[in-house]
Amino acid sequence: MADTGLQLRDVRIATGGRRLIDGLSAHVLPGDVLSVMGPSGTGKSTLLAAITGTLQPAFTLTGEIFLNGRDLRPLRPQHRDVGILFQDHLLFPHLSVSENLAFGLHPKTKDRKTRIAEALADIDLAEFADRDPATLSGGQRARVALMRMLLAAPKALLLDEPFSRLDAALRDKMREMVFTRARDLGLPVLMVTHDLADADAAGGQVIELG
Amino acid sequence: MPNNTPSKTGWGIVPLVTIALLLGPVTAGMIGTILPAFGGLRPGGGGGFSLQAWREVAATPGLGTSAWLSLKTGLISTFGAIFISLLLVAGWHGTRAFRAVEQALSPLLAVPHVTAALGLAFLMAPSGWLARLGSPWATGWQRPPDLLILQDPGGWSLIAGLIAKETPFLLLMMLAALPQARPAERLQVALAAGYGRVTGWIFAVFPNVYAQLRLPVYAVLAYGISNVDVALVLGPSTPSMLSVQILRWMSDPDLALRAPAAAAALLQLGLVIIGLALWRLAEAACGTIGRRLLWRGIRGANRRDDLARGIGLTLSIAAALAVIGGLVGHLLWSFAGRWRFPDALPESLRLRTWARHGQEIIDVSAGTLALAFAAALIALVLVIGCLEAEHRRGRVMGRGGLLVLYMPLILPQITFLPGLQILLLQTGASMGWLPVLIAHLVFVLPYVFLSLAGPYRAWDARYATLGAALNASPDRVLWQLRLPMLLGSVLTALAVGMAVSVGQFLPTLLASGGRLPTLTTEALAIASGGDRRAIGAWAAALTLAALMPFVIAVLLPRVTYRNRRGVLDG
Amino acid sequence: MKKLALAASLALAAPAAADPNPADWPAVLAEAKGQTVYWNAWGGSTTTNDFIAWIGSRVAEDYGVTLEHVKLTDTADAVSRVVAEQAAGTDEGGAVDMIWINGANFAAMKDADLLFGPYAAALPNWQFVDTEGKSVEVDFTVPTEGFESPWAMAQVVFIHDSETVPEPPKSAEALKAWIAANPGRFTYPQPPDFLGTTFLKQMLVELVEDPGLLQSPANDSYDEVTAPLWNWLDEVTPALWRSGKAYPQTGPRQLQLINDGEVDLAISFSPGEATAAIANDQLPESARTYVLDGGTIGNASYVAIPYNANAKAGAMVVANFLLSPEAQLRAQTPDILGYGTVLAMDKLDAADRAAFDTLELGIATLSPAELGTALPEPHPSWMTRIQADWAERFGVAK
Repeated sequence: MADTGLQLRDVRIATGGRRLIDGLSAHVLPGDVLSVMGPSGTGKSTLLAAITGTLQPAFTLTGEIFLNGRDLRPLRPQHRDVGILFQDHLLFPHLSVSENLAFGLHPKTKDRKTRIAEALADIDLAEFADRDPATLSGGQRARVALMRMLLAAPKALLLDEPFSRLDAALRDKMREMVFTRARDLGLPVLMVTHDLADADAAGGQVIELG
Repeated sequence: MPNNTPSKTGWGIVPLVTIALLLGPVTAGMIGTILPAFGGLRPGGGGGFSLQAWREVAATPGLGTSAWLSLKTGLISTFGAIFISLLLVAGWHGTRAFRAVEQALSPLLAVPHVTAALGLAFLMAPSGWLARLGSPWATGWQRPPDLLILQDPGGWSLIAGLIAKETPFLLLMMLAALPQARPAERLQVALAAGYGRVTGWIFAVFPNVYAQLRLPVYAVLAYGISNVDVALVLGPSTPSMLSVQILRWMSDPDLALRAPAAAAALLQLGLVIIGLALWRLAEAACGTIGRRLLWRGIRGANRRDDLARGIGLTLSIAAALAVIGGLVGHLLWSFAGRWRFPDALPESLRLRTWARHGQEIIDVSAGTLALAFAAALIALVLVIGCLEAEHRRGRVMGRGGLLVLYMPLILPQITFLPGLQILLLQTGASMGWLPVLIAHLVFVLPYVFLSLAGPYRAWDARYATLGAALNASPDRVLWQLRLPMLLGSVLTALAVGMAVSVGQFLPTLLASGGRLPTLTTEALAIASGGDRRAIGAWAAALTLAALMPFVIAVLLPRVTYRNRRGVLDG
Repeated sequence: MKKLALAASLALAAPAAADPNPADWPAVLAEAKGQTVYWNAWGGSTTTNDFIAWIGSRVAEDYGVTLEHVKLTDTADAVSRVVAEQAAGTDEGGAVDMIWINGANFAAMKDADLLFGPYAAALPNWQFVDTEGKSVEVDFTVPTEGFESPWAMAQVVFIHDSETVPEPPKSAEALKAWIAANPGRFTYPQPPDFLGTTFLKQMLVELVEDPGLLQSPANDSYDEVTAPLWNWLDEVTPALWRSGKAYPQTGPRQLQLINDGEVDLAISFSPGEATAAIANDQLPESARTYVLDGGTIGNASYVAIPYNANAKAGAMVVANFLLSPEAQLRAQTPDILGYGTVLAMDKLDAADRAAFDTLELGIATLSPAELGTALPEPHPSWMTRIQADWAERFGVAK
């Protein structure tokens, strides 16, 4: 089907006369990973902001962004069903681990407690429900952040250099975990990174910016 | 962008309401001052342009001295406070000693000017605590010497008092501005180039810090030139500061004296403008001199550096001790029985002063804190609204907005508050607490904004993106993520607002017609009688009322988040 | 047309009709019940504040009037508040219901028609007031005409520490000699503080050839009449406390200075103040009071009701209670307030009179005989000019 997945058509982003993204087109099919590479300052994060809908007004955006045939641009960020993971994992520091997971769960979800317990067990953190996120290790945080995002049932996943803060051994494990789960859920994934190994592990198309 | 249309969600109106609340009373007050100064609003009707008021002002004995005193006091005290805080930060930032001094100084920020001044007066007087501690064993004084220390015609005790009180403020403002100037890296470079710590810091870091410090410095300068409350306690009386002279005219039963008061209020504004202009010239001169020194290759290393660091630490410790010592003196006097010179301590401790004033102090404290809480809470809601509107618009407030914010802090209170009183009367709003609340808001709002804006803007916006990606609306992000994560900063801003409200003297007096006694107005009324026991009790209560919100602001997040290290560290 | 005229006359009459009629005392009492009276009175003295609080509890008990003490740093604050209200057209429901007042403030308000009244003679307790022996109907030579009601008598006394100054100077000339012999140990509150002004008046009365001149307004002879005062001040000022470069800002602050040992003498307008201050540890136990050999100035303290007061009936009830033997006795009790009564002993019943007779005056309070007859206050115009001249000559330190 032509309109499933994440489609970017001739996306251009400029600010103050400077062109950051100049006519980017791509189609990420469900389960595929698109790696966007380039040195810092080339507008990788800006591209992600355009997709999540959090672009600052100083930027002008033209072109089309469609997710599963739905035009994202008129939608508010919270209605776009686009998930995102950052390099710092950004667990909400004032909430416990299970409260972090519960944040993205739809309010009408039945058996919220069970769902969260299952999710915790799924990432081998069953005992950590009431823990302070600040006491988790880097790998544990990364897993909680991923699971929190997935519980919100996104229809696409954006990755903003998600593995760069992890040490080498963990990095491989996390890549594997993220890409496998995205593929299993049939999520189109757009990853920005400056690490070629990330793109290699993803194994999909690669676009160079800048 | 659909999420960037704050007007749709109603947030856009908040900045407008806030600006109206800030500028409305100020503008009205200015009109109420300008008209009588040029022959308008005459008692018993009549009018027409006239310069009579100015002639009367010019004929006042000692007017030139008064004006010069005001300028001199403001300029020297501001320079002194910057000098001390600069030497301390430059010489000691990042060290353990700096932490200790910073922790001693920060709570002093909340100490109202009036209590600090009264405490200092008791410390420094020839019959004061310092003299008592050294007499007669060291000084040989059986009776206090006839030394002109307090209220000296040169205004030096006033200058010392202002320096002690403003140093903590400028120090904290400097610290707030510091991260953007990347002090550690720059200092490293300077040290590697052979500069002394202090010199290196002044050359490499300070210019960036000062750029952000400018408006707070102007507020301190304007206050130094035009304040009434500290000048009443420590300032000279032969003649007094211009501001005190204006208050005297304003409260004279002779109606005709309101016109010279208004004219002098404008003169006071002129003095502030001259002070600011001189300051700007000095800024430019310092820049030029600094560059010249840089070209000559001044390094200021080794002994000079040690000397500068020593002076900075000594003076800031002295400033802290002066205020703290004054507070301890207040407490001691409030429990003192007979206490004559040169006894270092009272003959006995008694509860009589508290038994006598306790009930009234409790009543007035309750009213004061309720008013302060209301003003600070309203200000907090408006400020959060402004900052959230700014966030959702994706545009940070410009220079104009900042100037509006600082307007009530730089414009002398004694210039526009009397005019404001006339306005309040004419709208029939002369009674009760509402006008006082509005008058307090004018001064509380800027400080709450300045206190919260930094942490609010520094909050990692990726949390908001993440929240939206987790299907949360902007409102849910605000209530469930941003505000809970900023709890400490929000409470601190509330505490700052309350402390500012608690310390207001002129706005309370003029907007309530004296019907709303607060701890500050009562403390100053009691102070005029010179009963040190009563002053001690009221000043102690006033300090406690100003400090208590800060204690809560520090403790509450620690209790709430005792198990959430990430919030407290962040 | 007729209707319009009627409406207009009603509108004109309305404010007047709203004022209570002092002559109809039962109506005043009825109206006062439940009112809150804001008494604007100087708040710098703990003993006075306590006394006013006591008055408040008594009028609440007996008449259902709530009394709020608005503590002023300067009586003029309340006057200027009323002035401001008038300027803004607030002719009703003003913020000030009653002012502790006398002298120039009273003259200014009366002159500008800012006072309610006359009401004083209509107060039921007026029958006890000593209108013959005490100067309670002329305030600084200005006839009160019932626009203010007296509540305390005051007379200038000097406080000295009998241990350090066993023989205090009892005339202007003796004081000058004493100051010269004891440099730095005397000062007086800085004019325009009323006690400072009182000190200047007291010295003027001492030094002028004919004190009778001071009873009429100052005129062309002013320079000549006041010359001895300026000469006297010129001579003593260099030997004053702080060499005359700083002055205490209020009267009570002198007590602290004596207690601290900074000065040895102080002027007071309340014969009982020293006794009360000793009891409060504010003065050494050896403090005593004295009057000058040539006598000292005396006057009465009054309460006045602004024309636009919100609770005129309540204010009259308070003014009347202040004149009651009960309140007057309490005011004269040395360790409470120590103010002289305005009542005539022969107008009181036997029990009340006995209570006054047996009152212990206190260790540092002079008896009425020792105080002697108070000298009259000069006309306010003298003070206005002397204040201005003082500011010019001594208000700017050289």
